[in-house]
Amino acid sequence: MLEQESNSTISKTTRLPRKRFYRARAHSNPLSDSHFPVPISPNQVDYPLHYPQLFPSSDQVDGSKKIQFADIGCGFGGLLISLSTLFPETLMIGMELRDKVTEYVKERILALRIAIPGQYQNVSVVRTNSMKYIPNYFEKGQLSKMFFLFPDPHFKEKNHRRRVISPHLLDEYAYALGVGGIIYTITDVEELGEWMKSCLDGHPMFEALTHEELEADPVVKLLSSATEEGQKVARNGGQTFQAVYRRIARCL
Amino acid sequence: MEETSMEEHEQTLETEVAPALIAVHPTQQSVAAAVGSDLRVFILEEGCSVALVDDSAGPLHKDSIRAIRYGAKGRLFVSAGDDKLVKIWSTNSWRCICTVSSEKRVSALAISNDGLFVCFADKFGVVWVVDLDGSHENQPLVNKKAVPLLAHYCSIITSLEFSAEGRFIISADRDSKIRVTVFPKKPLDGAHEIQSFCLGHTEFVSCLAFVYSSDCPEGFLVSGSGDSTVRLWDLTSGSLLDIFEVGAEAGLVQSNGTEQEGYPAVTDLCATPDGSLISVAIQSLPGVMILSCDLSAKTLSIVKVVSITGEAFIPTSLGAASSAELLWMVMGVSNLHGSVSGSLARVRVISGFNKKKGNLLGTSLFCWKIMTFLVDSNFCRSYREICLSREKVFSAAAEAVKTALRNLLIQKTILC
Repeated sequence: MLEQESNSTISKTTRLPRKRFYRARAHSNPLSDSHFPVPISPNQVDYPLHYPQLFPSSDQVDGSKKIQFADIGCGFGGLLISLSTLFPETLMIGMELRDKVTEYVKERILALRIAIPGQYQNVSVVRTNSMKYIPNYFEKGQLSKMFFLFPDPHFKEKNHRRRVISPHLLDEYAYALGVGGIIYTITDVEELGEWMKSCLDGHPMFEALTHEELEADPVVKLLSSATEEGQKVARNGGQTFQAVYRRIARCL
Repeated sequence: MEETSMEEHEQTLETEVAPALIAVHPTQQSVAAAVGSDLRVFILEEGCSVALVDDSAGPLHKDSIRAIRYGAKGRLFVSAGDDKLVKIWSTNSWRCICTVSSEKRVSALAISNDGLFVCFADKFGVVWVVDLDGSHENQPLVNKKAVPLLAHYCSIITSLEFSAEGRFIISADRDSKIRVTVFPKKPLDGAHEIQSFCLGHTEFVSCLAFVYSSDCPEGFLVSGSGDSTVRLWDLTSGSLLDIFEVGAEAGLVQSNGTEQEGYPAVTDLCATPDGSLISVAIQSLPGVMILSCDLSAKTLSIVKVVSITGEAFIPTSLGAASSAELLWMVMGVSNLHGSVSGSLARVRVISGFNKKKGNLLGTSLFCWKIMTFLVDSNFCRSYREICLSREKVFSAAAEAVKTALRNLLIQKTILC
């Protein structure tokens, strides 16, 4: 009995997947070509697959309800799980490059949906390379929130171009975010924090949120507390650096 | 043993071979052809080639040229390629007025309609822009620095085009994406506003062209791809207007539907501005397919397939002047492994182009005596000698280009 318990990937007590069977390296190469299917365009995104209760059949995908929150590099899904109950009417998705980690998040969501019927139906995860395929998933201005929590710092200068926040990639994020949409970034690496802030400052389609706006936004507190990574940083008494910006209309 | 040597053969081919390119002056004043590092320009009225003047030391380009084009209503000409140099020429004096260095090898070029900016894309997916303000024919600009304009993350950009009125710059990559970006008033600050993405191709996008009318001055985008289709797009929304299955139409799709033979890639497009005739060069098709675009109905349809019989002439590049009475095609490849001469290219012309559909003299294909030339890196070789071996060589060239194109664009890993 005990042996069975320790070997199963799903915990018998909580019915949730056990992280130690989904261990993966923190780093994944975003440059290697995909072996995962990518939708040809946003209208090919499989809503019934991701949100089966809300879209019982393909006929019901009328385009009125679309994904609005995207967690880029969602890791083990901590933020998404918190957001799901905070915004029950909003569809949200996590994007993760690592196969095992994506599987873990899938199992976690499935288990939560069974454990608490009616909840967590608005959240899903997909394995993809968000640095290449964001336009394939989201139409212009579709998103209202984008999250980049504790991204890979790529310390070496020659690898800075691989960072998920960069001047060029911000063009694509500005495309996917509607005007007024918010981009949330946080890291425990000071240099990366400064880098992300300066990229956002330098981009004509983003402006920083004011201190008052940050205080008023309930999501901001989740950035450091909701994710596994954030909790680890807090445990180790580390500092975090966040940059939260709003997508504005371009002034010509 | 045989297999490994073939693999090695392919390895060397994919790194060395570059398809021949052709570009035609908008008023057909001159025609430029490039194969490998060789660039030749021919003035049609005089029927002779022009000596290109470049103040920098050494040969014009030191490595394979990957893109050439005319711009600014024919006032400028640019060439760039594997030697990481972008050379901008004045077409009056054929003098190189500016040389820009690129960090990586260049894969595509475009000139803004007003001739003020030249954009080039490198193999890592970054599009750079350089401004030509203040350039004069007699004072070549040196050390002009390009700044990044936009980027497709880690993807080879295969084609760059400005929209008909210059409001947008369109970039297509090997990951099947086409990005339409607003070309700003101050391009040196970057082009950050993406207008739309034209998504739908399932393979690399190889070429772009524009068709426009007075009703739609900014134009519609036509794209050709490795998925064997030509598609028509609306720029502002990125929506697909029509799709034409080129491979099936040309009768090239094999019944067993294997990927390599079944979906011949579209290699080049050339459109008359009003869309009445769109020439399509297709891998494995000796000749061209002529399509037509109905601008009000926003559809693509076939006019005819022009076959070139009697020789393995598969065009690697197409060009035509704005008036487009003649369609220029070049076929050739550089550094052909084991060939007697270094680089080989042949130009052919189809006449009767741009006449109303009914009168199109499709089969009247002729070899314009003045313009049948062999761009040859070895000047001493006699013309006759080359003629004798050319048939075999051109067949091999056709194969080489096919392999090179496939390997170049369907690479599974990009090293950034």
